[in-house]
Amino acid sequence: MSSAVSALGGARYEGYVRVEEQGLRGMITLRGDLNSAKMKKAVLDVTGVKLPKQREILHEGDKAVAWMSPDELLVMVPYDAVSETLASLEKALKGNHFLAVIVSDARAVFCLSGDDVREIVAKLCPVDMAPTTFAPGQIRRTRMAQIAAAFWMTSEKQIEIVCFRSVAQYAFDLLKDAAEPRGEVGAFL
Amino acid sequence: MSTRLATGGRLVNKARAMEFTFNGKRLRGFEGDTLASALLANDQMLVGRSFKYHRPRGIVASGAEEPNALVNMGREETFEPNQRATTTELFDGLRATSQNHFPSLEFDVGAINSKLARFLPAGFYYKMFIHPRPLWKHVYEPFIRKSAGLGKAPRDRDQDKYEHLYAFYDVVVIGGGIAGLLAAKAAGEAGVKVLLMEQTAHWGGRALVDTGTVNQMPVDKFVDETVSTLADMPNVTMRLRMMGAGVYDHGYLLGYERVSDHSPSKNTPRHRLWRIRAKQIVTATGAIERPLSFAGNDIPGVMLASAVRDYVANYGVSIGDRTVVVTNNDDAYQTAIAMKNAGLDVPLIVDARANGGGALAQEARDMGIRVENGKGISKVKGGKRVTGVAICSQAGEGMPLEEVACDVVAMSGGWSPVVHLWSHCGGKLIWDEAQAMFRPDPEKAPTGAQGEGFVSVAGSANGAMDLADIVSDAVSAGRAAAKETGGKPKTTKAPEASSPKMAAMEPIWLMPQGANIKLRSKSWLDYQNDVKVSDVQLAAREGFESVEHAKRYTTLGMATDQGKLSNINGLAILSDALNQPIPQTGTTTFRPPYTPISMAAIAGEARGPIFQPLRRTPMHDWHEENGAYWEPVGQWRRPYCFRKTPGEDIETAVKREINQTRSSLGLLDASTLGKLIVKGPDAGKFLDMLYTNMMSTLKPGRCRYGLMCNENGFLTDDGVVARIDEDTFLCHTTTGGADSIHAHMEDWLQCEWWDWKVYVANVTEQYAQVAVVGPNARKTLEKLTKDDLSAEAIPFMAWQDIQFGDINARVYRISFSGELSYEIAVPASQGRAFWDQLLEAGAEFGVMPYGTEALHVMRAEKGFIMIGDETDGTVIPQDLGLDWAISKKKEDYLGKRAQTRSHMSDSNRWKLVGLETVDGSVLPDGAYCTAEGTNENGQRNVQGRVTSTYYSPTLDRGIAMGLIKHGPDRMGEVLEFPKTDGTVIKAKIVNPVFYDSEGEKQNV
Amino acid sequence: MLILECPCCGVTGEETEFAGGGEAHLKRFGPGSSDDEFHTYLFAKENPKGVHFERWRHANGCGKWFLAARNTMTLEVYGTYSAQTYEPPQDIKDKISAKVPGWSWREFS
Repeated sequence: MSSAVSALGGARYEGYVRVEEQGLRGMITLRGDLNSAKMKKAVLDVTGVKLPKQREILHEGDKAVAWMSPDELLVMVPYDAVSETLASLEKALKGNHFLAVIVSDARAVFCLSGDDVREIVAKLCPVDMAPTTFAPGQIRRTRMAQIAAAFWMTSEKQIEIVCFRSVAQYAFDLLKDAAEPRGEVGAFL
Repeated sequence: MSTRLATGGRLVNKARAMEFTFNGKRLRGFEGDTLASALLANDQMLVGRSFKYHRPRGIVASGAEEPNALVNMGREETFEPNQRATTTELFDGLRATSQNHFPSLEFDVGAINSKLARFLPAGFYYKMFIHPRPLWKHVYEPFIRKSAGLGKAPRDRDQDKYEHLYAFYDVVVIGGGIAGLLAAKAAGEAGVKVLLMEQTAHWGGRALVDTGTVNQMPVDKFVDETVSTLADMPNVTMRLRMMGAGVYDHGYLLGYERVSDHSPSKNTPRHRLWRIRAKQIVTATGAIERPLSFAGNDIPGVMLASAVRDYVANYGVSIGDRTVVVTNNDDAYQTAIAMKNAGLDVPLIVDARANGGGALAQEARDMGIRVENGKGISKVKGGKRVTGVAICSQAGEGMPLEEVACDVVAMSGGWSPVVHLWSHCGGKLIWDEAQAMFRPDPEKAPTGAQGEGFVSVAGSANGAMDLADIVSDAVSAGRAAAKETGGKPKTTKAPEASSPKMAAMEPIWLMPQGANIKLRSKSWLDYQNDVKVSDVQLAAREGFESVEHAKRYTTLGMATDQGKLSNINGLAILSDALNQPIPQTGTTTFRPPYTPISMAAIAGEARGPIFQPLRRTPMHDWHEENGAYWEPVGQWRRPYCFRKTPGEDIETAVKREINQTRSSLGLLDASTLGKLIVKGPDAGKFLDMLYTNMMSTLKPGRCRYGLMCNENGFLTDDGVVARIDEDTFLCHTTTGGADSIHAHMEDWLQCEWWDWKVYVANVTEQYAQVAVVGPNARKTLEKLTKDDLSAEAIPFMAWQDIQFGDINARVYRISFSGELSYEIAVPASQGRAFWDQLLEAGAEFGVMPYGTEALHVMRAEKGFIMIGDETDGTVIPQDLGLDWAISKKKEDYLGKRAQTRSHMSDSNRWKLVGLETVDGSVLPDGAYCTAEGTNENGQRNVQGRVTSTYYSPTLDRGIAMGLIKHGPDRMGEVLEFPKTDGTVIKAKIVNPVFYDSEGEKQNV
Repeated sequence: MLILECPCCGVTGEETEFAGGGEAHLKRFGPGSSDDEFHTYLFAKENPKGVHFERWRHANGCGKWFLAARNTMTLEVYGTYSAQTYEPPQDIKDKISAKVPGWSWREFS
């Protein structure tokens, strides 16, 4: 898919934390009965990732599955593999009441990296970013300044943030503003 | 004169001098100075003029309670008015100017008001300016507006950076004095997560300038030790220069951190607003000394006794050579002793108490200071500076007994706990008779989310005035707060403190007790707003008996200091005038913020380009580069039209876009349209409830226009629904409806029909959508695909998946313009690529991207309604002649019941018609159609209004739609539409479909 | 500013994550209902000083609706619970009774 481009073409900013727009990522919104054995099996078979529990995100290689709500998962795969993944999910869940749609192109993904990544999120989201409260393996959907966003930590020094594509520039500008050198708070030392 | 002493000054670093200017005068201070201490060190006592009488005003206090020393800071893009000199840390290059005077601080013509004071009593404005009425608008109001307010509003955009931080703690301690330090330590030792904040740049607070020891150590040593213990505790965060600005519901607390006010530099945030959630808040906010009310107590040189002591001890600044101390308590004796120790003269201590003071009084006498008990100040002598005081008997009426020359009067009327933060969220107060103060009522704390009390108080803020009491109170407050949040507090003994035993204070609300009216009219309560004892007494006489009324009538406590000094004295005077006890009078309401905080800190990052989110479609950049004239549509920016040249006017551009689209080929970026996937075995049933028409009968592969109403029956959204397969529908909504209709669907699915098997997903942003419109639309698209786009393959109101090179698209044969039209959805990531391909393929047909205005005109030419134009939240589909889209067969749909209510089914409702002006001109938007006669208000009766009106390039005349009473039955009738200029436009009622009424063009 | 716990995703968040949706436990009246019933359903809402039951949506979060039992005067939140229910759970009613003896709200007490 050569003509597909992400919202900001990989924009990047080096502040006291690095802010980087990630390229396109395959994403599927999958709604259904998350407690059913069939759903658990379908997710595991198709993605190789176990079905996450409440507010969990599980990674396996280049795939991940995040718990979005009691009846919704976000399935993440490489961008080019998304149609195939969708087809497999639809096949695996055939006969069940579910909904699976591609949302790869409706999203923008940002990566924060550095020692103070928690602080950048804490400047914009009403979420307790203390390590005892939020850690890798969890996903949090919330408000980032004036937009809806979700984020998770891929390591102690890396946070990925997802928002809608239309507000990608706003999200990038927000993160950039928060990451400007001399803005260090030292709140999570 | 005030000057810098050779020795002393705990907080200043004399090795580092700093230059600053005041009113353009170059002055020098030291690192560690406040602007106030540096001004005083340069004998700049006069700092401003009062609000009403323009009286000379000097520095009175040394902290946040300062009412007078408000200055303009900076200039141009750093200009900020009303900055408090006592809380402004000095930095190199600081520029300050005084305010509220003309032409100069030293000579101010407004001071004439002072001579007229007799004629400007409380409520003067209310009494004077009410008659004659006509003078209000042109004489009084401009005059009052000009004289109102202190500093000027900045003219330039603020160049500084501001930000927020969300923070979460178990226990937050506000105030870094000895009580705050000990409370934080006690909570920290219990293992909970603690934040300790202090509004100044230093830990330790007032205890450092008072006499006493803790654990046999001097207080400063004990403070240093405690601070370093706290710094080593990983669960304790300490922040200086951070004020607890306000306490709100459920443990929400604003911490106002002045990050770089003390050393401005670009890019460093100036202020940071901490948006804190605390499980428990301990306010260790200390107490503020009260002034005494005697004649001339506003003359520069009359200061709070504690402030006089602070300037000597903390900054090595003496306010003057001869200080008379006047007090009703023992605390002020410490000032006399400190002055004497600094080698300055204290000719007299005037103690209003008949029996005088205790141990400290004895110490003062032993040092050779003259002490007069039972005396008061009759009058302060001097103009722009104190020259002396006349002494009288406190019990009398003010007959001067003697005059004492001095250049400083250090006054103390006792102490008021800072209860603001306790009170912000509903904490109640009790009156402490012995100490004559309001203090927190521990039984009536503000309550949080679980109904628990979440604010407690420590130290002098709690009314503890003795050091030993302060220390033990703080430790227990810290421990209790920690325990509430699950900590395990230590049970060891609190540190032992000792300080001189103080004799009881005696409330003195007026000095002398029987002061005559002449003296009372010169006894200031509120320095900034010029409210005197006589004003409050007048207010009481005139019936303003409630403290809230008296406050507003006199403006007592309404200045930027919010009455930190004046409130208690004022309500004591009011209580006396009303002959009732003080607690019966009560206090006015304490509201956040504690001291003013910058507007920019509240805005945080939300300014400039990130003031609000702007939503961009995948083609946004192309639009930007090609002359888009933007129109905000919610948070989206959509091109209203594209200007071919920067000089092209927008009417011409719109006309060009319409003509080219109708005659050949136009492109519209329709990506903002809402797109919702509705899937499940009950999806058809669900959509039948949501739309007024039948959706369950729609065949896969086909599209149907639908209307949505709310339960009130009013039309809220419309759009084309496509059935994707047996189980799945795609619902298009309006641009503004995408999120709200999604939420509306989820609402009904989750809260009413939760057993229905339906899932909804909002895929609005997954797709870029382009309308390819015009007679050449098919030809253009055929160049880009091998798939069949013929009318047979994709008839009108059908859809197909089509491959355009590497782009998977879904093509809908729907038309909002009346032309042959394809709406094509492609993945957003390929939206721009697809747009570029269309431009290239359409070049031979003169492809013309068009904006929202052309879209609106073309839909109006076809008589299509627009949500938000033809609807306004009070219009039902039946009003719009859309009965064909309302199912008669369905038992129920949202809005059906409401549409049968008597007013909804009334045949007199205004109904949609087309309007054609007789002279071809364009009707004004929203114009009313008048009817015969007038209503009870003498206004012309109306019988309808214009809902959409445009110049139609296709018809070369004005066309409009409107809602008219019995409209559809009155075809051909000519109606009158008065314009705001008094002229009238006549328009004929016609069919709203102005163009291609048979629909032949779109169906080819 | 309130804090609420979303019973659907377990997040305790501040009010800005949520959107209020008016009174809870509404009974819908549609076609066939009397004018009085329909009027009451649409317009006659409770506005108590004290115990109240409300609809909330975790708008900037999991997107789910839930119900909250709350005191409009003290702002105490007695509990949040599933929107897929016709009456408040007993444990929440008990909690309210402990704090506000004798409370009642529409048909509940």
